[in-house]
Amino acid sequence: MRSNLNFFSDEKFRSIFFQTLVIGLFALGIYFVVQTTGYNLEKRNIATGWRFLSDPAGFDISFSPFINFKSTDTHLDVYFVGVLNTLLVSFCGCIAATILGFLVGIIRLSSNWLLVRVAYIYVEFTRNVPLLLQIILWYSILIQLPRVKQSLEFLDIFFISNRGIYSPRPVFETGFSYVFIAIILAFISSFIIRRWAKKRQDETGKQFPVLSSAFGLIIILPLLLFFIIGSPMSFDYPALKGFNFKGGMVIRPEFIAMFLALTIYTAAFISETVRSGILSVTKGQREASASLGLKKSWIMRLIIIPQALRVIVPPLTSQYLNLTKNSSLGIAVGYADLVHGFGGISLNQTGQAIECMVIVMATYLTISLTISVFMNIYNRSIQFKEK
Amino acid sequence: MNDITESRKPPVATTGILGWLRMNLFSTWVNSLISLFVLYILFQFIPWILNWTIFAADFKYNFNGEEIVNREMCSRVLDPENGGACWAIIYVRFYQFMYGFYPREEVWRVNLSYIMLAVAVVPLLFDNFPFRKHFLKFTYIFPVIAFFLLNGGLGLESVSTNKWGGLLVTLVLGCTGIALAFPLGIILALGRRSNLPVISMMCTLFIEFIRGVPLITLLFFGMVMLPLFLPEGIDMDGLARVLVAVTLFQSAYMAEVIRGGLQAIPQGQYEAARSIGLSYWQMNLKVVLPQAIRISIPSIVNTSIGLFKDTTLVIIVGLLDLLGIGRGALADTTWLGLAYEVYFFVSLVFFIFTFAMSRYSLYLEKKLKTGINMGAD
Repeated sequence: MRSNLNFFSDEKFRSIFFQTLVIGLFALGIYFVVQTTGYNLEKRNIATGWRFLSDPAGFDISFSPFINFKSTDTHLDVYFVGVLNTLLVSFCGCIAATILGFLVGIIRLSSNWLLVRVAYIYVEFTRNVPLLLQIILWYSILIQLPRVKQSLEFLDIFFISNRGIYSPRPVFETGFSYVFIAIILAFISSFIIRRWAKKRQDETGKQFPVLSSAFGLIIILPLLLFFIIGSPMSFDYPALKGFNFKGGMVIRPEFIAMFLALTIYTAAFISETVRSGILSVTKGQREASASLGLKKSWIMRLIIIPQALRVIVPPLTSQYLNLTKNSSLGIAVGYADLVHGFGGISLNQTGQAIECMVIVMATYLTISLTISVFMNIYNRSIQFKEK
Repeated sequence: MNDITESRKPPVATTGILGWLRMNLFSTWVNSLISLFVLYILFQFIPWILNWTIFAADFKYNFNGEEIVNREMCSRVLDPENGGACWAIIYVRFYQFMYGFYPREEVWRVNLSYIMLAVAVVPLLFDNFPFRKHFLKFTYIFPVIAFFLLNGGLGLESVSTNKWGGLLVTLVLGCTGIALAFPLGIILALGRRSNLPVISMMCTLFIEFIRGVPLITLLFFGMVMLPLFLPEGIDMDGLARVLVAVTLFQSAYMAEVIRGGLQAIPQGQYEAARSIGLSYWQMNLKVVLPQAIRISIPSIVNTSIGLFKDTTLVIIVGLLDLLGIGRGALADTTWLGLAYEVYFFVSLVFFIFTFAMSRYSLYLEKKLKTGINMGAD
C-alpha cells in the first residue's frame, strides 16, 4: 500500500521520471549550445550552410592517384580526393599488416630461438613507440633519399628519389576492357568451381584441383586473350625533364611513409592476436590430426588455422578499425587524406569548422561501421556451427 | 638382484649448451640456415648500432674535445665516415625536453610535482605497499596540489600553460586523461548496461560515436569547435581544450573495458546483493564494481598505454609535448639535420614509460590468475 502513497518508491514511476529528466536536461543543453554557437558564429562573421562545398578550392593536392585534381576544383572534390586517399592507404595498410602480422605471429611460435627473439624485439619496440613518431621518422628517412637528379635507377624504368618512386604507368587502349571482363568472369567461375568442388567432395569424397584451375582461369585465360587481341596496353615511362620527372606514375614519400608506419605498427598488434589465437587451439587437436597421418602443412591449414581464426577475427577487426582511424595521422607528413585535405586545408580556407568536422566525423563513422559490418559477416561465417 | 645400475648420462649433444643450440637453433637444416642468416644480420647490425649510439657518439664534446654548440661541430658532420650520433642536441635542449618553456626560477615546482607523482602513483600500483592506506589519501589530494603547484595561485606565481612543454605536457595529458576518464568510464559503462532505455541508448551512442572517429578529429573538435559552443567570457586555454577532447576519448574506451569486466560478474552476485536489500548504487559500488574493476585492471592499463602514446597527437593542434619539442629542436637552424638523434631520444623516453606499463599489466594478469584460482580452490 505504501507504493500508492509514495510515488517515488514505485520503480516504474521512478524510471519514467529519471528518463524524462535526462531527456529534458539534454534538450536544454542542446538548445543552449545551439544558441551560443549561433551567436558566436554571427559575431565572428563565419558563414554557415553547405554552399562552400561548391566553391573552388584554390589549392593543389600533390597526391591524388584516382582523380585528376586541379586547384579550380571545388571543396567537394577535395573531400572525394581525401576519402579516396584515406581508403587507399587504409586498404593497402590492412592487407600488408595482415600478411606481416600473420608471418610474425607464426614466427613467434616457431622452434628457432633466435628468430623468436628477433620477432619479440620487433613487436615490443614497435608497439611501445607512438605511431605518430614512427610516421614522422619514416618520412624523415624517405626525404633524405637522393635528389631527383641523382635518383636511384632500376632497369631504367623505376626511379627512387626524395620526391617518391616513379614507375611506368600502364595505358589501357581499346580492347583492354575485354581482358578486364575476362578477369571478372574468371573470378566468378572459379568461385563457382570452388563451391561445386566442395559439394562434390562432401558427397563423394573426390577432390578437385581447385587452386590450380582457379590459377589457370584467373591468370592464364586473360593473358591469352590479351595477346590474341594484340596487347592493347602500353606503358608511359617516366623521363627526367628539367627539375622533375615527366610521365609515368609516382608514389609520393608521404604515402610510402604512412603505408610503412601503419603496416609495421599494426602488424605488431596483429601478430599478438595471431599468436594467442594459435595458442588457443589445444594441443590435442594437433596431436589428433598428426595421429590421423595428416601432413604438417595440412595440419596448419585444415585444423589449426580454421579454429584459430575464430579467436583471431574479432580482435583483427578492431585492428583494421584502428589502422583506418590512425590513417588520419597523415596530416603530420602532409598526406592529403580526409583530415588533412578537407578537415585541414578546406576548413582553414572557408572557416566553416562545424560543417567540415561534421562531414569528416560522419565519414569516419561510416567507414568504421562498414568495416565492422563486413568483418562481422565474415566472423559469422567462420564461427563454429553447432548442429 | 637388487643392484641399482648406475644411470647412464644422456648423450652430450642433448644437454648443456650444445644440446640447447641443437634444439633451438639447428634442429633441421632449414632452421640452421635461418639461424646462420639471422646471426649474420645481427653481427652486422648490432656493432653498427652500438657504435653509432655509444662508442662513436658525441655526448657533450666532439672528438676534438670541443664543447658542441651547433651542428657543424658534431663529429658526424665533421667526419661523416666515422662519426656517430650527436647527442649534444639533446644535452643542450634537455631542459626543454623535460619542462618546455617553464620559467627556470620556478622549475622546482615541476620537479616537486614529478616526485609527488611518483609518491602518489607507486602505492596505487602495488597493493602490498607499506602504509598503502595513508599513501592513498595523498593520491586523492595530489591532483589538487599538482594543479596549484604547476599552474600557480595560492601565493605562487602563475605560469601560463602555453609555457608548459616536453615531458611535462605529455605527463599532464596522460595522467589527467586517465584519471578523469576512469570515473566517467564507470558511469558510461553502468549507463550502457542500465535498464532505462533512454540512458542506455544515450551512453551507447556516445561510446560508439567516440570509438568510431579518430582522436585527431576530436582534438580538432576541442580546438576549433569548442570555443564556438561556449558562451562569451568562458575562455579555455589550449591545454584545457585538448584535455576535454582527450578525456572524452579515453572515457569511451575505458567504458568498454569496464563493461567487459561488468559482464564477467556472474548474475548471482547481482541477485545476492539485491536480496540482502541493497539499492542500485549500493549494489554497484559495494559488490559489483570492486570485482569488475579488479578483473579489468590489466585492460585498463592497456588502454592507458594507448592513450599515453596518443598524447603525441597534440602536436598537430599546436601543443608542444615531448615530440613537439623535438620537432622544434629540429627546426632550429643551428641544429638542422639531426633528426635521428631527436627521434631516437623521444622514442626511448616513450618506450621506457610504455614498456614499464605493459610489464605492469602482465604482472597484474599473472597475479589475478593466481588470485582467482585460489578463490576457486
